[in-house]
Amino acid sequence: MKIYIRSSSCISPQNTFGTENFFDDIVEYNGTRLKAIEPEYKEFIDPKLIRRMSHIIKIGVAAAKDCLNKGNTEMPGAIITGTALGCLEDTVSFLTHMVEQDEELLSPTAFIQSTHNTVAAQIALMLKCHEYNNTFVHKGISFESALLDAIMLLKENVANNILVGGTDELVDASYTVLTRLGLYKRWPVSNLSLFSTESKGTIGGEGAVFFLLTDKSSDDNLAELNAIKTFYKPKDIKASIISFLEENSIKIEDIDLVINGRNGDTRNDEVYKKLGLSIFEDSALANYKHLCGEYPTSSSFALWLAANIIKKGAVPDVVIEKGNNHLIPKKILVYNHYLNKYHSLMLVSAI
Amino acid sequence: MSSSVYVAGIGVISAIGNNVPQHLASFEREEAGMCDISLFDTTHSKKLPVAEVKLDNKQLTAITGLPDDTSRTALLSLIAAKEALTDAAIPGFDTLRSGFVSANSVGGMDKSEAFFVDFLANNNKGKLRNIYDHECGSMTEIVADQLGISDYMTTISTACSSSANAIFYAARLIKNDVLDVVIAGGADALTKFTLNGFNTLMILDKELCRPFDEHRAGLNLGEGAGYLVLVSEKVANKLSKGLYCRLSGCHNNNDAYHQTASSPDGTGSYLAMKGALEKSGLVPSEIDYINLHGTGTPNNDSAEGTAIKRLFDPKCPPMSSTKSFTGHTLGASGGIEAVLSVMAIKHKIIYPNLRFETPMNDLGLVPETKFLKNQNIDHVMSNSFGFGGNCTSLIFSRI
Repeated sequence: MKIYIRSSSCISPQNTFGTENFFDDIVEYNGTRLKAIEPEYKEFIDPKLIRRMSHIIKIGVAAAKDCLNKGNTEMPGAIITGTALGCLEDTVSFLTHMVEQDEELLSPTAFIQSTHNTVAAQIALMLKCHEYNNTFVHKGISFESALLDAIMLLKENVANNILVGGTDELVDASYTVLTRLGLYKRWPVSNLSLFSTESKGTIGGEGAVFFLLTDKSSDDNLAELNAIKTFYKPKDIKASIISFLEENSIKIEDIDLVINGRNGDTRNDEVYKKLGLSIFEDSALANYKHLCGEYPTSSSFALWLAANIIKKGAVPDVVIEKGNNHLIPKKILVYNHYLNKYHSLMLVSAI
Repeated sequence: MSSSVYVAGIGVISAIGNNVPQHLASFEREEAGMCDISLFDTTHSKKLPVAEVKLDNKQLTAITGLPDDTSRTALLSLIAAKEALTDAAIPGFDTLRSGFVSANSVGGMDKSEAFFVDFLANNNKGKLRNIYDHECGSMTEIVADQLGISDYMTTISTACSSSANAIFYAARLIKNDVLDVVIAGGADALTKFTLNGFNTLMILDKELCRPFDEHRAGLNLGEGAGYLVLVSEKVANKLSKGLYCRLSGCHNNNDAYHQTASSPDGTGSYLAMKGALEKSGLVPSEIDYINLHGTGTPNNDSAEGTAIKRLFDPKCPPMSSTKSFTGHTLGASGGIEAVLSVMAIKHKIIYPNLRFETPMNDLGLVPETKFLKNQNIDHVMSNSFGFGGNCTSLIFSRI
């Protein structure tokens, strides 16, 4: 069975939403925190509901609705989301009130919306969609788990159109905590020169990216999703990548572009550097985390990028690490790792 | 793709016992696990009964060998998951493609709460060790590392149906030939966060909960963990030890009615139960026992009861809510109740629904109130419904 990406929608710290532009208008950030650019929500969400929704719910629901619109689909056969940290704004809000008000006179709204499945639930509620609904919350492979679930559902012939997405938000508290944990650089940096200075730490990001997966072929489909695989603490990632390619009967030479998860942190990027000197030595390479920031479901941004590069037949200059911009990729490998614990591979090709 | 998925091992910890035999004994004695809150300081102390596991964190770390600052959720998870894996006694486990699919609702929130008190006063304060494993996925990772599972792991969080969905997803990983054996279920520890959250919703009973009773007034929160070891047909054939049963049908639906409330006619629960029956190839009359979601809240029980009537009338099977013993263990409940459903088949038993007196008006459903032995139990349905409309039903069948 072939699985296609029928449509996709991406809300990110770049102008990726509601525009046909493909990085013609790049947003530069000076700091270590990239915030998702909020669209005009009322086109996608009932204005009465917008006020009550937190940031992640709004970007999630808007991206989901836009993705369905683009795929000319009113009702998906399943809704699946991946989020590592879930609804942080509401979680922090409820925790704060609980501590500050000594457990008295708390409002239920933040608690109700703090559960990790809120985005998937709100999409179902908005669409009145009674079909399969699930939420994965496993760190750097939350989105990949959701994607695997969607692929299995298609193979099981349970549904023909599946809405699957990755959402995570960065709030003040999590940004502060993650900075203290050493995830981010200690001084401001331009995201557009993230890879030019060798130092520890990366920049934080967030976003909501949704895909409509289908088993029906159509000229309108963006790309084919050939395969996905995740690894936990792989002993030899090079060998894992090689066997993944073998399982899919392709050679490294067949890959036109490798989108990798470099994030500007020397420790993190060591893994990509080594591979760039070995199996990816002759490959064209692209980066994306300078555009959306590092976050656990950022691979959803990478998949959106891959699908759009294939559909548009062009690689934006801003993502090129190595190779030339005249390339028209037919086959793209997305390789990301999160904190060198969770690694994932996604193979996408032209329809 | 069409091969069956079998249950080869079970493990459980909750307020009524630290392992499977202790649970069986508590049910037989009809002894519920609710008590006053002892785990943390709270203004709700002595006002709201909860169902705590009867081991403190010190005892849990001593049993598990995990570091002192480990979240209670991971501690509970490891105990039950280990019991299940030991119970399954799968020869050559290391040579199989194994996975751990676990669920929880608030991750390491018990530790995050401690961090937050200091952090709120000063953003440079708060012990980072206490927030490091805040994520739901951390709970799964800590336990998978202890179990030596690295081929595949993931975490599911769909509120109160979380671990039923973990079992469902795990079964599909086997059916799709991704894995040979999966430990699946979930865990949740009691936290101030959830206690206060449910309290704001005004759905906590100040007395011991009375599921499916006309005069029910809410749920009691509980904690614990429950896991099944699911194996493929190929692995099942190699086991020298007998299998418990087959996971014959699972279905997941969304109620799509309200973020927290169930629709009055229980659309989501009806569709989940109906879908699970279809997948298992059974007709309603073949279900011998329903382990209810049965939280004891007015809304859930009337929605679930309505859906059951609609699907099973004129003859509803024996049913009971074991939450009358364990409290509502949230992200763990689907896992714990799956274990109990499997035990019902193995031991031919039906659990009592404690404190039931008056059937709900209009529905007239009467759950089983006594511990029954020597019952013909071939097919058991286990219901798990959660916030966000997430409804999942599992069916276990005698082999």
